[in-house]
Amino acid sequence: MDFLNAIVALSNFVLIPAIAYGSQLALGALGVTLIYGILRFSNFAHGDTMAFGTMVTVLFTWLFQGWGISFGPLPTALLALPIGIAITGLLVLGTDRVVYRFYRRQKAAPVVFVIVSIGVMFILNGLVRFIIGPEDQRFADGARFLISARDFKQWSGLNEGLALKSSQAITVVVAVLVVALLFWFLNRTRTGKSMRAYSDNEDLALLSGIDPERVVMVTWLIVAALATVAGVLYGLDKSFKPFTYFQLLLPIFASAIVGGLGNPLGAIAGGFVIAFSEVLVTYPLKKILGYLMPDSLQPDGLVQLLSTDYKFAVSFVLLVIVLLFRPTGLFKGKSV
Amino acid sequence: MNQNLKNAGLFAFVAGLILLTGIMQSWNSALLILNMGLVSAVMALGVNLQWGFAGLFNVGIMGFVALGGLGVVLASEPPVREAWTAGGPRLLAGLAIGAAVIFGAVRIWKSGMKRRVPLLLAELVIGFFLFRWVFDGAVDAVESVNPALTGYLGGMGLPVLFGWPLGGLLAAGAAWAIGKTALGLRSDYLAIATLGIAEIIIAVMKNEDWLARGVKNVIGLPRPLPYEIDLQQSSSFVERAQGMGLDPVTASTLYVKLGYAALFTVVLVLVLLLAQLALNSPWGRMMRAIRDNETSARAMGKDVKARHLQIFILGSAVCGIAGAMMTTLDGQLTPGTYQPLRFTFLIWVMVIVGGSGNNLGAVLGGFLIWFLWVQVEPMGGWLAGQLVAVTDWMQAGFDPESGIGSVIAAMGRVSAHIQDNVQHMRLLTMGVVLLLVLRFSPRGLIPEK
Repeated sequence: MDFLNAIVALSNFVLIPAIAYGSQLALGALGVTLIYGILRFSNFAHGDTMAFGTMVTVLFTWLFQGWGISFGPLPTALLALPIGIAITGLLVLGTDRVVYRFYRRQKAAPVVFVIVSIGVMFILNGLVRFIIGPEDQRFADGARFLISARDFKQWSGLNEGLALKSSQAITVVVAVLVVALLFWFLNRTRTGKSMRAYSDNEDLALLSGIDPERVVMVTWLIVAALATVAGVLYGLDKSFKPFTYFQLLLPIFASAIVGGLGNPLGAIAGGFVIAFSEVLVTYPLKKILGYLMPDSLQPDGLVQLLSTDYKFAVSFVLLVIVLLFRPTGLFKGKSV
Repeated sequence: MNQNLKNAGLFAFVAGLILLTGIMQSWNSALLILNMGLVSAVMALGVNLQWGFAGLFNVGIMGFVALGGLGVVLASEPPVREAWTAGGPRLLAGLAIGAAVIFGAVRIWKSGMKRRVPLLLAELVIGFFLFRWVFDGAVDAVESVNPALTGYLGGMGLPVLFGWPLGGLLAAGAAWAIGKTALGLRSDYLAIATLGIAEIIIAVMKNEDWLARGVKNVIGLPRPLPYEIDLQQSSSFVERAQGMGLDPVTASTLYVKLGYAALFTVVLVLVLLLAQLALNSPWGRMMRAIRDNETSARAMGKDVKARHLQIFILGSAVCGIAGAMMTTLDGQLTPGTYQPLRFTFLIWVMVIVGGSGNNLGAVLGGFLIWFLWVQVEPMGGWLAGQLVAVTDWMQAGFDPESGIGSVIAAMGRVSAHIQDNVQHMRLLTMGVVLLLVLRFSPRGLIPEK
């Protein structure tokens, strides 16, 4: 019985939140890794692209709520999501046209692109704060729990409850769908194959008649969709605050690099590695150990390895360890 | 000569902007801009050392600036005796254990013996729990000493100006540790790694209350200059002020701000002079050779890794000194206010706009961008005010129920929103300025020779 309680507590406080957070990071890291693979630079504006897409979705969610439209037990934000993706797509195509294309034609060094993306980051950051403000926004509605802790306790007769928030379930379902769609696109369609060819060997791809501008355009559109979905799911699960999205840049980049920059499969693996380490290291394990250990060995403290404010340290340490011992990441990434 | 004339013109232009602020707004705000401009110029020089000289992409400047601020607290605050007796030695022992564990881990890894990985993991796990056991007890003891007022170990009680070199030393020490691990990485990896380090430094300063009170902040730091209130009560100062036709209150604030400006100018001139000498020395030429072609520099027998580490430490130390100057000017250390956009990326905008690789350019960028950062808000506010006035005037002429009237009413709401949120204009403006400079003058206002 104690063992079951320990498993339930572990799932409730560590596994489920980490799976949801990992899916969000994986979607974000996929965007970063695609940009790196095709356009060959680290996009510092990615966190703010996520914030922009989420902001558009939040605004339309409010509009729909004002009109009395709802999505039943599901959050209204899912209805607004396609509009958010479309507008973010227009935005990134616009920035590519106005900003990045010039440097691509010049064949500028990757570090120039990085600095340019810092400029874009400033603009998007200012724009989002300007339109919606820097405060926390909650926009989740619909059913809050799929399984509530009390129902689970009554049903199972255990001491520990298992709660599954609907935002967590939606995150996982949507992430699986999006990833399946992305891999189908990359592996089965002509455009997707031309993207992979372009990423593997630019010169060879150009010789075979692949239009680079088209590849770049499709990449930006996919990235806009991934960023918006990741941002909206994160916002539904926690809340929407522009500065938090900027700070997500670090775990997202850590995920992409740990997995191997430029490798989509690696980005997903990296997202879960980072999420699980972060949650496990910052969660107080006393309760779980309490069920597993005999009374005489009960730990005194909370057995929290690091305080939650040090979660950045987890991303960072994993990043440095991977870079020092396996510079191309867990899955083989590429280097410019 | 032509180039010199242009540079002089650019500096005169920025000086003119600050003077204009003095005439149109107040001399108080002009001096505030000048003082923070001086601090920003020193920071920009530090970044220019790393990026302009050596091509190192460091986006962790915020961390070094914050460590500089910590230096001021550690140097100038009086030591808290009860806290030291309560847990000081045990805390130092804990830190020593932590350092020994890391040192041991590096030794085990470098020893190259067989089956070192399990040994390494065992050493780290045992070491971690030993460290937490010794350290946590000490932290609890120190933090429970009068937590409302102190709750930390305090500093060394030295004059506050000692905080500046100490801040530089702290930043240099952190840069050494980071450089040892991360400098071998490629440019974008180094960028992400330094971004993470800066967040960790801020997290440590927010959470480790025993060090500098964390988010409870250390306020009322000692000052290198007299307090305004003391000046106003000194009869000789009041006489001199009245002799110059100023009232004592204004005179005292101007006196203090000018005093800071003089102190900061000394530091800026010193750092600029050293940076300029370094740039034109054989060492500076070697740095630029490494930056432009690492492989050929290595082939010439230059130790690229050691030189990178050297300049990374030097540049970070300069940022640390600037951070210490800023904390002295503020008179308080507030770890919650350090934000990467303000303390890392804004400094980058300064260096790029000014001209990377050129020390004068970095200084110019520091003043110019700081001026814009401060003044964009009132300028934008004025513009938005005009917009609101125009739409109000137009609204009066139309029926809000009619087609045109409702459009104008919507425009009115939009301009009111712009007016309410005008403070976010500065981020937007910085992005636009950076992109414009990168596009049309990629080498900056004062390009490298």
